[in-house]
This record gives sequence, C-alpha cells and structure tokens, in this order.
Amino acid sequence: MTEVVATNQTILVVGGGISGMTAALEAAECGKEVVLIEKNPALGGRVSQLYRYFPKLCHPTCGLEINQRRVKQNKRIRVLTMAEVTGITGAPGDYTASVKIAPRYVNENCTACGDCGDAAETTVDDAFNYNMGKVKAAYLPSRMAYPQRYVVDPVVIGTPEADKIKAACKYDAVDLSMQEETVQVKAGAVVWATGWKPYDANKIQPYGYDRFANVITSVEFERLSDPHGPTGGKILRPSDGKEARNVAFIQCAGSRDENHLRHCSRICCMASLKQTNYVREAFGDEGKSTIYYIDIRAIDRFEDFYQKVQADPNVKFIKSKVARILEDKEGNPVLHGVDTEGYHRYATPYDLVVLAVGMEPSVSAANIPAEIVSDSSGFIEQDQANGAIFGAGCAANPLDVNRAVQSATASALRAIQVINRVARAEG
Amino acid sequence: MADMKVAAYICQGCGLGERLDTANLAKVAQKEGKAQVVKEHPFLCNAEGVAMIRNDIDNDAVTHVMIAACSRRAKTEAFGFSDVAVSRANLREGVIWIRPDDEESRETTQEMADDYVRMGCAEVKKMKLPGGNPEAATNRRVLVVGGGISGMTAALEASKAGYQVVLVEKAATLGGWAAKLYKRSPSHSPYADPQDTGVDAMIAAIEADSNITVYTNAITSKTEGAPGRFKIEISQESGPTTTEEVGSIIQATGFTLYDANNLPELGYGKSPNVMDQAGLEALAKVANGGPIKRPSDGGEVKSVVFVQCAGQRDETGKHLPYCSGSCCLTSVKQAMYFKDANPDVDTVVIYTDLRMPGNGEDFYRSGQNKGVTFTKGKVSTVEATGNTCKVNFHDLILNDQTAIENADIVVLATGQVANSGVDVDAKLKADIAAAAGDNSLLDAWNAAQTEGAVKPISVLNLAYRQGPDVPQLKYGFTDSHFICFPYETRRTGIYSAGPVRRPMDIIQATEDATGAAMKAIQAVENAAVGRAAHPRSGDLSFPSVRREGCTQCKRCTVECPFGAIDEDEQRYPLFNESRCRRCGTCMGACPVRVISFENYSVDTVGSQIKAVDVPDEFSEKPRILILACENDAYPALDMAAMNKEVYSAWVRVIPVRCLGSVNTIWITDALNSGYDGVMMMGCKHGDDYQCHFVKGSELASYRMSKVGDTLQGMGLETERVQTFEAAITDIERLPKLINEYADKISALPPNPFKGF
Repeated sequence: MTEVVATNQTILVVGGGISGMTAALEAAECGKEVVLIEKNPALGGRVSQLYRYFPKLCHPTCGLEINQRRVKQNKRIRVLTMAEVTGITGAPGDYTASVKIAPRYVNENCTACGDCGDAAETTVDDAFNYNMGKVKAAYLPSRMAYPQRYVVDPVVIGTPEADKIKAACKYDAVDLSMQEETVQVKAGAVVWATGWKPYDANKIQPYGYDRFANVITSVEFERLSDPHGPTGGKILRPSDGKEARNVAFIQCAGSRDENHLRHCSRICCMASLKQTNYVREAFGDEGKSTIYYIDIRAIDRFEDFYQKVQADPNVKFIKSKVARILEDKEGNPVLHGVDTEGYHRYATPYDLVVLAVGMEPSVSAANIPAEIVSDSSGFIEQDQANGAIFGAGCAANPLDVNRAVQSATASALRAIQVINRVARAEG
Repeated sequence: MADMKVAAYICQGCGLGERLDTANLAKVAQKEGKAQVVKEHPFLCNAEGVAMIRNDIDNDAVTHVMIAACSRRAKTEAFGFSDVAVSRANLREGVIWIRPDDEESRETTQEMADDYVRMGCAEVKKMKLPGGNPEAATNRRVLVVGGGISGMTAALEASKAGYQVVLVEKAATLGGWAAKLYKRSPSHSPYADPQDTGVDAMIAAIEADSNITVYTNAITSKTEGAPGRFKIEISQESGPTTTEEVGSIIQATGFTLYDANNLPELGYGKSPNVMDQAGLEALAKVANGGPIKRPSDGGEVKSVVFVQCAGQRDETGKHLPYCSGSCCLTSVKQAMYFKDANPDVDTVVIYTDLRMPGNGEDFYRSGQNKGVTFTKGKVSTVEATGNTCKVNFHDLILNDQTAIENADIVVLATGQVANSGVDVDAKLKADIAAAAGDNSLLDAWNAAQTEGAVKPISVLNLAYRQGPDVPQLKYGFTDSHFICFPYETRRTGIYSAGPVRRPMDIIQATEDATGAAMKAIQAVENAAVGRAAHPRSGDLSFPSVRREGCTQCKRCTVECPFGAIDEDEQRYPLFNESRCRRCGTCMGACPVRVISFENYSVDTVGSQIKAVDVPDEFSEKPRILILACENDAYPALDMAAMNKEVYSAWVRVIPVRCLGSVNTIWITDALNSGYDGVMMMGCKHGDDYQCHFVKGSELASYRMSKVGDTLQGMGLETERVQTFEAAITDIERLPKLINEYADKISALPPNPFKGF
C-alpha cells in the first residue's frame, strides 16, 4: 500500500507537466509540503514531447533537467505517478482527495539498468511519440524520465513473458502482484494543473486527418522533427516515407471556430512559425513551407520571430481558411480554398500537411471531481466558488510555456494563502 | 569540528561487478584515496545498502562519503545524505555504459573507473558540508514599487499570504493606467462586454489592509542591501524622506503609451479629433455611458476609426518594433463604448493581424455581433480637416488604396513603452555592437554622456556595483528571456511584474503580479535560512573570499551575472550572500584564486584533476580532461550512456556548475600534470542564450579566447584546449565530438610536460 503523509497544510498539485511541476516547486521552495500527482509514469508532460521551444529554439529538456533536479533534492515534494484524482471532498483548508494509483509492476528498487527491457519481446505503442513508434512492454518512458524507473505494460501481465521480465531483474524490482489501489490524501488547497490535449483532428472532417496519411497534427510533426523521435528527426511523410520538402501548415485547425473550439489557442501561430524552421533545418533551401492563416498572432516581442520567418523566401503566407483537403494519385494532399488577399481560388498539392490543432483542456472542468466554474471551452475560471481549488497553466487557459509558468507560480501563491490561513488558525 | 572520516562505497550492481574489478577499486580508494572505511556492495542503492551508509555516518563517525556507482543524476534521493559531504564517482553512465564490453577494452575501462574513484576521493576530502550563511537576514516585508493594477495586485496577494507590504506610488493616487480607463475588457465568461475596472475596490481594500503601508507622491530614491535586508529610502514630493526595511522587491512600474506626437502623418496634433487610446478613455469617462462628443466642436459622432499598430510592429526603425499585445482588445472595447451607447455609430477597426488570443476570441465575436467593422489594412495617413478626418489606407484584402472619409474620431492604438529606468547594460551592449561594426548604439551612448543630455531616470536607484536598475532584456523590458523560468531576473530578490516586464493586458498583469508576489515571499523565506534561489535552490553554500590574497582586481565584481558583489571602502569585494546564485562565475574569474564555496572550489576540482593517474609518454594512452556544464552537457553525456553510445577511454569528465566557474588554473594544472588535451562543454550564449546563469558560458568563452597565449607560453599547440557549445539534446553529437577530439589529440605528440 502506498503511504502518503499529508495534512490540511499540504498542497495537492494535480498534474506533473511544466505547470504542475512549477506550482509544486515554487510552493515547496517556500517551505510548504506538497503532494504532486501525475497520470503518466513520468513527470514532464506535454512540453517534454516538444523538440524545440519558440522563440529561442532551445530544447525543453534543458529546463526540465533543472526542474527535475529541484524535485529530486526537495524533500518536501512527494511525487505519485500513474495516479489520478477520482474524488475531492471537504472544504478550503480541509480537503480529502481520492487518488487512484495504477500498477507500474516495478518498485523503487529499479536502477533503470535496462535488463527487463532486454528480456521483453512484445512491443506496445510508444505514447511518448504519440504512438508513431513502438517500445518494448518493459520500458523507460523516455530518456529523461523521472522517476527514472521502468514500467511493465499491463498487456504482458499474466503471460509467461511477464515471468521472464521478472526473472531478468537482479534487483527484485519487478513486482507482478501490484494492484490498482486508491489512497486518500489530505490537503488544505489544490492546484489543478492537468494541462491540455490537442483537439481531435478527426472532428475536422474537411481536412481528412482520418483519411489521408499525409495530413498530420502539429504535435506529431514535433516528434517527426526531433532527432530522438520515431524517424530519427527525418521529416518523412507517413504514407511512403518520402522526404516531406514541401509542407503546408493550416492555422486555427479547430480553433476560433464555433463548430469546434470557440477560443483562440494562442500558441499555434508561433508553433507553426517555429516548425517552418524545422523544415529549413532539415532541407535548407529545398525545404518550402506555406502557412494558411487568418491572423498571425505573434504577440509582443514574438513579432521579431515572425518578421524573421517572413523574411525567409522559402516560407509563404496565405491568408485563407482552407476549405478542404483532397488527395491526388501520388498521395499528395491538395489544399482547396480561396486566398482572401486578392480572392483567387487555389488547389495546391503538398508533400505533407500539418494541422495546427488547437488546445483543449486535458480534463474539462465538467470532469473535475469537484464543483468548478469554467468557461465555454471547459477551462477553469478564477472564481470564489471554486473554494481552494485553483486552476493553473493550460487547465485554466490556452497558454504558451512562459505564461503557463507564470500562471502556475500565481496558483502556488493562492494555495499558500489558504495554507497560511490554516496554519494561523491552528496556531 | 569533528575529525574528517572518509568512507568509500563501491557498488557492484548494474553490471559494475561483472565489468570492473571492484576489489581493485576498493584498493584504490583505500591506498590512494586514503578512505578510512571502504565497502563493496552488490546493490548499493537498495534499502539495505543505503542503511549501511546511514549506519556508518551515525555510528562510525563518517563525515565524508564517496559513492562509486551511477551518475549523480541517478538515485539522487537514495544517496541524498544531507548531513555529510558526498561525492559521486560515475562508474555506470561514465564508464561501463560508454565502453565496449570486450576483452580488448577491459584494461582501459578499468583505468577509467580507477581514476573516477581517485577523483571522487580527492573531491570529497576537499568538500565541506555547507554551514549556511551566517548573515541570513530575516526581514520578511515586501516592497512593491508602482501602484497600478500590477502593483496593487502584488501588494494585496502578498498580504493575503500573511506578509507585510510597503507600496510606493509616484503619483498622488493609486490606480495607475487602469484608473484612467472608463472600463476594462472582460475577465470572465461570457467575455462579451466591457466591465468595471475594479480599481476603486482595490484601493479601498488596500486602505483597509493593516498589512499594507502606502506612500504616494513617492519614489524609491535609494535601494541598498540584499534579499532579507534591503534598506529603502523613500522620498516623497515636498515631504520627508523615510527609510523602510524590506526583504524583497517587486517592480511593477508599468508602461507609458508610446508618444503619438511621433506620428504626425497619422494626424496626431493636427486635430483634437485624432487621439491615442488614453485620449479616448478620457472622453468615455466624461460621457459615462452617454454619447461621446466630437472634441473639436462637441458635435455628434457618427463615424470612428481605430488605427491598430500605430507606431508599432514597425520595420523602419523609427517606432516600436514589437507588438503590445493588448491594443486589439482595447480598440474592440472602445468601439463598444460607441456601439453600446448608439448602435448607429460606424466603428471601423483597421488592422493587419487581429491579436486577441484565448477568450479574447469571444470578445472579438461580441464586437462583430455589435456591428463593429474589421478591415484588414494598413493606414498610411490621416488628413484632419475641419471637424472630420480622412483616413487613407491600403486595403489588404482588395489590394487597393482606399480611404474612409468623414471620420469624426480617429483613435491611434499606440503601444506600451516600459517604465524600466536605466539600461545598466547600455554600454556593454554598445561595445558589443561596435565590435560587430555597428557604432550607432555607442554613438548614442556617448551622446547621452555629454553635459546637459537628458539622463534616463532610475526607478530603484540600487546602490549596486553593477548599476541602479534591473537589467533589461530587449526594447527596454525587464524580462529574463527564460521560457521555463520567467521570473528569474538578474537581481536576486527583485522581481518585475506587469507591463514593465513585457507588454500585456490587465488579465495577464494580474496573473503576473500574483506570481511575482509568490517569488517575493519565497525570496524572503530563502534569505531567512541562507538558502540559494533558483536554479541552485536549496544550496546552502556561499562564496567566501580570502582577503589577504586578493589583489582588488575587481574581476569578480564586474563579472558576477547577478550583481551580487559590491566593493567595500578598501575596494575589496563585498559579497552579498543572499544575492548570490552560487554559479561560481566569481571563482572562475579570480586570477589569484581566493574565492571558494564550501562544497565547490578551485581545490575540489583541482584535486580531482591532479588525482588522475596520467600514464607516461611511452604508453600511448593520452589523457583528456572534460569540464562539462552540469546543467546540459553532463546530462547529455548521461543520456548518451543510456543509449550505449561509445566514447574514448582517454577522457575524464568533471561536471562544473557553469562553464563560467572554470578557473584557468584548472587548465594549466591539467596541462602541467601531463594531460594531452582539455575539452570544455558549456551552453549556448548570445541573444538566444541557454546558460542557466545568463552570462556564465559567455564569460567562459571570452576567458578561454585568451588561453591560446598561455598555451603558446608553455610551448603547446592551441588545439590542446577547446571550448564547445553543447545542448542537453546533443546525445549523439557529444560522443562523436569526444571521439574526433581524441583522434586529433592522439595525432599530436604527447604533452611534453608528462612526468614532470
């Protein structure tokens, strides 16, 4: 049974992406006790799956390393992975959360030596690479994974392969008898930082994400461009493995659309501008990018980045909401629509189309097991009625990393205000 | 102090026992490392292994622990003994995982492991357990400079957490920019209508809050000290100068609207009917929900044009190059002032990109529903004649030069200019530009130095060696350019919030100020226990200087990226420990090596370098020292090991806090000890720097550019010392770089200093 020591002066942080880690660390580095809950087997969240950040084109793992080091050495943070909050009862200053922990089948004896992975034969979809590759059924979620501990996929449990995996471990770290369990965690305040998920591109029917192999999403393109992704960083299109030298980016794929997401997802313009750099990085002057957009939202000094990309003769901007995508005989997606600057129709083939899909909350406020006020897209609004449950990062708004960290830092203070009030009341 | 007792623990798990002769490692630890306790263990990181070490500390008076096992990045918690000095010899990621498992490699692999054990023992003996800063300062009050929405939010939020606040506002009343607004854009669903600014309620809350002391008509005329012990002189207009003591500072000095007088082509100054956004707010306040009158004659307003990006996103170099991120929202809101009072008024927003992210989209939609017209175009001129204006613009949809005649009011959406004070790096930036052939900044700087020139006015008036204000990033904003760590300024314990940091709207400013309040209270809690702030948060060590050796050369005071070091009356460096971020740049800068940390010093690294057993010149076994930044290069090497990349057995890697902490004595020591080459791996520097200490890697590269002279003086080839930029993702690249470098060094004759 997992033991969690927590009191009504503990801050419960739900979600271990950049926002949750930030909220947990800022509070703990202020002397508060924190329990950090993450659904996946490792911390890091969606940013750890990005190849580069805009506008510096630096690598997200660089900041993740620092944050992980802060977590490792801070004894005030208790991390629970593969865990989800299923219920919250109580009131500000006195909550109890039910936390369901899925079996990892590997305990803290694991040294990440890799022997179990060598022993496993079955492969499963690689969630870290948006299922674009496979991993062994005993795997480390990523090279940067923290906790640095293997996971045995449930698919092999009960098979002879599981016994083989267990036998391969010299350190008694594989525990096939682990069961799902639910623990109760006390908390004075809750920071809800469950982040975002990419909008389901299948729902944008005219773009044929479900029908055309060479129409992919921006998050998938991120993994394709990463040298440590499924293609080793080669931008190869899924249908035939051909180099995708001529790439179209479609902005507001699902965003700013009352049939899909009402809101603007804020990051997609900058993400596509950044991704044109990947095309250039891979193919030099042979790499061509075209961005179909409504407005380019390169706010504040991001404008510099936009201007730099605009100056690149290999990047074209077309103000147009693409009407639909068809496929030609060679498997090239063909974009149809009207260029609103001059009003002419186009039917242009590309090697690959990237849908800049919008952000929606990973856990819509309606599905949070507590009464939460939300906006029309399911993001948590700041409201007294939420008690001491505070939204942070992309659970509260579609935000870029910088702003998500600000939001998380602010939410840590809001939680501390409650904890300090409890502490004063208890003398 | 108790006697030093060194214990060495050698793990045999994860293949170490099979690949290495651990008995020999134990012998090395005992004979050469002089460890008094030496133990091998089959699985050191498990509960029993950890308990064994714990027991030796508790019951056998062990004070220094050397753990020869995996990388210091692995099993950090298990081996996190906080009451003794601990060093880690990286035998797993650093040796067996990067060497082939074959007979031929066995000897060189073992030599590598032997050396890492020697180095681990040598390092730990030079380490002291940090005792904590004796000058820990415990003032927990927060100073907020600026009483607009950002400053008031920061003050109220810090107070709600139980902290006392001193709030200083330059104007006679609180409220700042927001107080000038008729209404603000919405902060809640359904994001359809302008809402009350809330300023009056905030002012009332501040006045009612016994935790908050307010000074109006006041400026911070002097700021001295450090986190936990700042002393602030507050000067009030025609009033007394008061001194307040605080523990941390939030600078929320906001913005000034870009001066529309710079835009005569857009009709500003030619007619009262052409105004900036502040001008329209003033009219709306007077109208108070009724119809807004035409300023020139009080006539009825039938047509209003909003010119977006007026003097912004400018590519000519004359105006603001950036986007202020809030003006689109404001113009839509202002158009609603007219539409809500009278739907028949024509309101046209002329824009190039409408930038209303998030739920701003709902507000935009609401504007459309209310009949506001949005036209994609670029305004070229505004002709103001009589009571109306003609707005000439290029329609970007029709690709047509066209005009709106008879506009009664034209509103120019000029942007936000940060009230950030003096650019303390102006001279440095000018020098760098001049070195690259651009003299414009230097000319401007020189002109500003002449007598009678208008000098920028400082906000904080910091009595710091490195200048009176927080360093600026770009375009006058005080942001840090960290993506992951937006609050980390280069002045510890001083945080900026709101539009002084980057252009922003009220929703963002509120959130930003709340986060800044979080950092401010964290800073005072850290200072109270002498604990470092980000990124080495929790580090209790601090730099100390051996004064008798100091030559007062000032390099440390100049180079510290965080302005932590002042000079005392005798011109010795004066460390302000709670400003220090423990990067060690001062230590790297010191030519006489008198600066050290308890757990990281010229000795802890130097003794490791000297502990390596350098084979003689006939052995054909070169030795290469790698000094790798622990933040990026070292993790990349660990991950290369996880991938089982192979690299040369000639190298010995020492992680450093930052390349900025590398003292050139380590290089000359290495070469004098017979190493054949030295590689340094640090983070990218320049505009898009990735150095976690901002300037560390840049300073290192500058220092190392001079190493060539030293090498020539020693009669050595310049290739023997090289600096490489390394990112944490260079997992395949670094092993390749190492191998190429090893080949290059192998091709050179052996270092002639071997054996001396």
